[in-house]
Amino acid sequence: MTEDVERTPGAGPSHRAVEIGVAIATIVFALIIIYGSIQAGINWGVEGPRAGFFPFYVGLIILGASVVNLVQIFSGLTKDGLFADWSQLRQVLSVVIPAAIYVALIPWIGIYVASALLIGVFMKWLGGYGWPLVLVISIGVLLVTFVVFERWFLVPLPKGPVEQFLGF
Amino acid sequence: MEEIANLFQGFAVALQPFNIMVMVVGILLGVIIGVLPGLGGANGVAILLPLTFSMSPTSAIIMLSCIYWGALFGGAITSILFNIPGEPWSVATTFDGHPMAQQGRAGEALTAAFTSSFVGALFAVIMITLVAPLVARFALQFGPAEKFGVYFLAFCSFVGMSKEPPAKTVVSMMIGFALAAVGLDAMTGQLRLTFGSETLLTGFDFLIAVIGLFGIGEILLTMEEGLSFKGRSATINPRVVWQTWKELPRYWVTSLRSCIIGCWLGVTPAGATPASFMSYGVAKRVSKRGRNFGKGEIEGVVAPETAAHAAGTAALLPMLSLGVPGSPTAAVLLGGLLIWGLQPGPMLFIEQKEFVWGLIASMYLGNLVGLLIVLTCVPLLAAILRIPFSIIAPVILVLCAIGAYTVHNSTFDVVLMMVFGVVGYVLKKCNYPLAPLVLAIVLGDKAEEAFRQSLLSSQGSLGIFWSNGLVSSIMALGLIAMFWPLISAGFAHFRPKPAV
Repeated sequence: MTEDVERTPGAGPSHRAVEIGVAIATIVFALIIIYGSIQAGINWGVEGPRAGFFPFYVGLIILGASVVNLVQIFSGLTKDGLFADWSQLRQVLSVVIPAAIYVALIPWIGIYVASALLIGVFMKWLGGYGWPLVLVISIGVLLVTFVVFERWFLVPLPKGPVEQFLGF
Repeated sequence: MEEIANLFQGFAVALQPFNIMVMVVGILLGVIIGVLPGLGGANGVAILLPLTFSMSPTSAIIMLSCIYWGALFGGAITSILFNIPGEPWSVATTFDGHPMAQQGRAGEALTAAFTSSFVGALFAVIMITLVAPLVARFALQFGPAEKFGVYFLAFCSFVGMSKEPPAKTVVSMMIGFALAAVGLDAMTGQLRLTFGSETLLTGFDFLIAVIGLFGIGEILLTMEEGLSFKGRSATINPRVVWQTWKELPRYWVTSLRSCIIGCWLGVTPAGATPASFMSYGVAKRVSKRGRNFGKGEIEGVVAPETAAHAAGTAALLPMLSLGVPGSPTAAVLLGGLLIWGLQPGPMLFIEQKEFVWGLIASMYLGNLVGLLIVLTCVPLLAAILRIPFSIIAPVILVLCAIGAYTVHNSTFDVVLMMVFGVVGYVLKKCNYPLAPLVLAIVLGDKAEEAFRQSLLSSQGSLGIFWSNGLVSSIMALGLIAMFWPLISAGFAHFRPKPAV
């Protein structure tokens, strides 16, 4: 998987491996679409082409183009080198993981509290700011979004126990 | 001269106090969106779209299109001061814009960029005013086959024009079509591709895809690059502006050529980015000072900025008159039209005169307001970029999440947005273009409907797409666009080589 480590300072997944992974993923996606289309019916009914007719051919085209992509990867037409080195991926994950937890928390504690927590964690953990600034910014953003959405645009956002306790 | 009268009525609409306020707010938001990493025109408009549901469609489109103009202006600021192109079409602006800033001529470069943007946009708006009604009138005679032909042409030009490998463009585009097909089939009323899941009943909303792919994906890319903004400070004072303006008319040939390149490429999808590069390349080859390009030549700022803005504006021409957007942002605007209950396409010019001409008039005014705002607010906007990314990133994440939630008031959409974000990051890194994916989600149902209706009328024969002169020429143009790289390579092969 990491055959060209020596070319770059850090190590990480190679571009080729990720490209192969993506091509396989698109092939699987194509097969799902083709299967679903066949379920919906790909032939002609009394009403003309049935629901699966169009997506079936879309699936076939994805399948064909993905195979072309795979062939091109194996014939060496893609770029060599790393997809990203581990330190870069760690950076990316340091956003993805808190963001995923944030998204998972929204239905339980509401978007406002979750957002304030996310901003706080980011600033404290990645930015290394002191508590006063962290609190000011995270609570400030919370209040501004609350006023803009609930009061100004009258768009209710998901709320949790804290808002209920405060009577909203 | 019915168009002139319509345009004046449009100005009357656009000049209503509420609409002017909406315009200024839109431009300001747009410039900020264009300056911030991780927020661009397309997903900025997508996030704010749900907030406009309560407005009248005309005010809503004025606000959203002004965000688009603002984002186009904003891209130049980051390119020149920070050497970070805020949008792909501002990449060419960095070539000469940033060297100018390093030489302490940032004010001059910014003035030139903003003014050229304005000129390019103005040229394109005038073209839209004159040409769009004609195209719309012509398109009224289109049947389903011709409509499908236009979609075919739009998607083929993506395959032929984009820098990415054609097979990857096709995969990305078809994934969009497949996602658009999920849910209720509008023609038969049958469910498809839902695999028994209730959350998939309503299908995939393009807004969620845009916010995820462009918003979250972009934040991840920025994060990976590690952020160290090393910007040049800039002040613009009236004297610099005046001096630059005195110098600019000298480049009128470059400017005119860039306007034409921009309009030409802008009406085809994927226009603005190739337009800016092409315009820069041509200017470099033609100019007497071409050798100095890349070292801080003002002409090297004028050319790409004019073309990019002309193309970005011209992208609205096919959206308004044919219902085929020329750029991802135009695609989001088109999706907005559908949500507000308007049918994009030629009938707009007949049924929604106030809307269409109000929008066109607001394009004149919006760009003028935009020019004034960016010229006066540069120091403030540059200060935004100095806010550390560890504060900006979570705030943008929160905005994206709120934007995704408000589309259908569903927390599942927020999860979906995250998934699209990670997928977008990987696809982008592997050179899969994202714009065709988004365009296909927006247009998927309409393209499919046109395709199936055509087949219905021909009893399943594909010959319907070659049944008359009009549809045959559209389809032929599509094929030429798709195979253009091969065709031009063929021409180059047979052309006698110049003596060395």
